[in-house]
Amino acid sequence: MNISISKIIIFSFVIFFLFVFWRGLKIDNNYNTLNLIGNRISNFQLTELDNDHQYISEKDLKKNEHTLINFFASWCAPCRSEHKYLLNLSNENKEIKIIGINFKDKKNNALNFLKELGNPYNFVGSDSDGKMSVLFGIYGIPESILIDSDLTVIKKIVGPINQFQYDQILELVK
Amino acid sequence: MLSNIGIGLVTLILILSFLIIYTASLDLKTSRQSIEKSIYKLSLFQTTFTVLSFFTLIIGFMNSDFSLINVYENSHTTKPFFYKIAGTWGNHEGSLLLWINILVIFSYLFLVFNYNHEKKFRLYTLIFQNILILGFLFFLLLNSNPFNSIYPIPLEGLGLNPILQDPALAIHPPLLYVGFVGCSIYFSAAMASLVSGYDGKLFAQSIKTWVKISWCFQTLGIIVGSIWAYYELGWGGFWFWDPVENASLLPWFAITALMHSLVVLEKRNTLYSWVIILCLSTFILSVTGTFLVRSGILNSVHTFASDPARGIYILVFLSLMIFSALSIFFLKYKKENYNFNLKSRETFILANNWFMAFFLITVLIGMLYPIFLDVLTNKKISVGPPFFNIVIIPLVVPFMFLMAIGPKFGWIKSQNKINYKILFLILGAIVINLFIFYFFGNYSLLSNAIFIAAIFLILHSFLDARKLINDKNKTGLPRIISHLGFGLLVFFIGINHQFSLEEDFNLKVGEIKQINSYKINFENIRIKESKNYKAIIGNFKLTNLKNNLVQYLNPEIRIYSNPETLTYEAAIKTKITSDFYLTMSNVSRSDYYNIKFQNKPFMIWIWISALMIALGGFIRLTLKKNEY
Repeated sequence: MNISISKIIIFSFVIFFLFVFWRGLKIDNNYNTLNLIGNRISNFQLTELDNDHQYISEKDLKKNEHTLINFFASWCAPCRSEHKYLLNLSNENKEIKIIGINFKDKKNNALNFLKELGNPYNFVGSDSDGKMSVLFGIYGIPESILIDSDLTVIKKIVGPINQFQYDQILELVK
Repeated sequence: MLSNIGIGLVTLILILSFLIIYTASLDLKTSRQSIEKSIYKLSLFQTTFTVLSFFTLIIGFMNSDFSLINVYENSHTTKPFFYKIAGTWGNHEGSLLLWINILVIFSYLFLVFNYNHEKKFRLYTLIFQNILILGFLFFLLLNSNPFNSIYPIPLEGLGLNPILQDPALAIHPPLLYVGFVGCSIYFSAAMASLVSGYDGKLFAQSIKTWVKISWCFQTLGIIVGSIWAYYELGWGGFWFWDPVENASLLPWFAITALMHSLVVLEKRNTLYSWVIILCLSTFILSVTGTFLVRSGILNSVHTFASDPARGIYILVFLSLMIFSALSIFFLKYKKENYNFNLKSRETFILANNWFMAFFLITVLIGMLYPIFLDVLTNKKISVGPPFFNIVIIPLVVPFMFLMAIGPKFGWIKSQNKINYKILFLILGAIVINLFIFYFFGNYSLLSNAIFIAAIFLILHSFLDARKLINDKNKTGLPRIISHLGFGLLVFFIGINHQFSLEEDFNLKVGEIKQINSYKINFENIRIKESKNYKAIIGNFKLTNLKNNLVQYLNPEIRIYSNPETLTYEAAIKTKITSDFYLTMSNVSRSDYYNIKFQNKPFMIWIWISALMIALGGFIRLTLKKNEY
C-alpha cells in the first residue's frame, strides 16, 4: 500500500473519532448535583423574558448577598406547587434576590403563569432553547440554585421547593 | 439446567465458527470448482444450534425460570404471556443473542443461495462473516451472557420496564435487527470481493437481494419505533431527532444510497469502489450506533442497555472492523474513471447518493458534536430539532424534484428534452399549494417550496402509475410506490407541522377549558385495577363547538408494581383527517392535573405514507425481474 496524503487524513480522522468515543466512555453522564456545590458559576448572561434589550450578567449577581436562581416553566406542574414558597421568600426576606429562568417555554404562557400566580422574581430571564439550563446541569424542572456574592453555588434543590427546603434556604442566608 | 444447555449451545456455535473458518481456508487452496460438502453441513449445524440457543432463552422467559439472571432481571410471573416472550429481546443480553442469530442465519442463507457465484468469493464471505460471529460470541460469553445463572433461585423477577410492554415495541427490535445486522452479510461480501477480486456486475448480483431485504426491514423497523414513540411515550410527536433515532437513520441513509448505486454497478459495471465503501460503511454505522447506545454515551429511552464495560468491548471490535476494512480497501483500491453523461440515469442516481451522503453527514455531526464538545472541552450542549430542520429541510426540496424526474431518464445517454408535462405538473403543484396557502393559513417561503416539491412528486408518481396500467412491464411499481410514499410523507408531515394545535395547561376535576373551537371538560376520574398495574383514568369530554360533535378521551396514569414505575398513557382518537391527543400527569401535592392537548391533522396518513415506502421495498423483493 503506497502512502498518500488522503489516506493519512482518513486514518487520522478515524483514530480521532475512536479516541473521542473511548474518552466518551469515561464521562459521567448522570449529572451529580453534589458536584455543582462549591463551584463558581461563569458565563452567565440572560435576556429578560419580556424585553429583549435587557440583560443580566455576572456583574449584577455579584451585587447581591445571595441569589436564588429558579428554573421554571408554565407547563411544569410541580412549579405551581413550589410557587407559594418563592412568593413567601420574596416577601419575607429582602436580602435574597430571586432570578427566574423560564425553561423551554412560550413567552405568553410564561407571562400568563406569572400573572395568575404572582411574580416572586426580581428578574425573569428567558431560556427558550434550554441552553442556559444545560450549563447548570438541569435535567428536570423545577430546580433551584442558591449562590452567594462570590457566585459560588451553596445549595442546589432538585424538584419543587417544600417547607423543609424553604427553611433551609432561610437558614443559609441568615 | 437451562443455563447449562444455553452455555453449551453457545460454546458449540463458537467451536463450529472456528471449524468453518478452518475448513473454508483449506478449501480455498484446492482447485475444485465447488465448495466442499462438509462446509455446508457445518454451517447448517451452526444455524440450528444458534436458533436452538435462542429458543432455550425464550423457554426460560416463558416459564419464568428465574435461575437465569437475565430472566430474573427482566421478567415477572404476573406479566402477560406475550410480553414474557417479547422480554427475551427487550434487554441487552437477549438482544445480543438475537443479533448473533441473524448473523448466523444470514451467513448460511448467503452461502446456500449464491451457488452460482465464484467459489473463492463465497468462501471468503463465509470466513469474514464467521470472524464477525466470533467477535460477538466472545462478547456474549465474556461480558453479556444471557445464560448466566443465579443461586439461590429467586422466587420472583424484577419485571420488564413497562414502557417496553407495548405491541409495537415487541416487534421493533427484531425488525431493526434483521435490518441492521443483515447489513453484516454484504460487509463480509464486500471484504471478500476486495480480497478475491470478484467484482463488478457479478458482485452486485450476489448482494442485491440481501441489500433489499435489510433495507425493507430497516425502514419498517424505524417506522414501528416511531409509532411506538407516538403511542407510548406520550411526548406528542413521532420524530424527535433523539440521538437514538439518529443512530438508526445513519445506516439507513447509507443503505438507501447503496440500494440505488448498486443498480448502476449491475447495469453499467461502474461505481464499484463507491458501492464497496457503502457496503462497508452501512454495517460500520450500524455497529457505531449500537456502540453509542449500548455504552451509555448517548442518553435516551434506550438507556436500559447502557454500561461502559460493554462500551469498551464494542469499541475495540468497532476499531478492528474499521481498520481492517480501510486497510483492505486501500490495498486493493483501483482507480476508476467515471464518464457519465449529464442526462442519464447514472447521473441522477449519483445525485441521489450525494444527497444521502449530505443527510448522513449532517445527522452524524448533529449527533456526535455534543459528545466531542463534552469530551474535549467539558461543555454540555444539546443539538436539537432546529439544527436538523434548518440544514436538512431546504435540501429536501431539490431532492424531491430529482426523485420525480430521475427515473424518466434512460441509461448512458437520454434524448429526454424538457417535457411540457413536467412544466404542467409544476404549475399544478403551485396552484394546489396556493389553494392550501389561501384557505388554510399562511406559512413561510420554505414551507411553500416544500409543499410544491412534495405535490410535484406526488402528481408525477400518479402519472407514472397511470402509465404503468397500460404497460406490460410492471417492474416500475415498487419504485413508484416508494417514491410516492416519500412525497406523501413529506407533504403530510408539512401539513401536520403547519396546522397542529398544541396546548399545555392544568385542570382540576370538574373544570372546563376552551381552546379555539374545542371545549374540554374534565368530568371525573376513576381507578382501575389490572393484572400488573393500577390505573388512574381521566374522563374528558371534548366538544367541537363548530359542529357540536362530542367525543370522550380517557388518558391514563399507570402505576406498575414490578418494577414500580409510573407511565402516562395518552388518549388518542384517530380519524381520517386528524388525531386528538391528550395526556394527563399528576401534579404532586395538588388537585391539579397537567394536561397536554393536541390536535394533529393527518397523523394516520403520516404512518400510511411511511409504510408505503417500506411496502415498495417488499414488493420489489417478490418481483423476479427488476426495473432497469
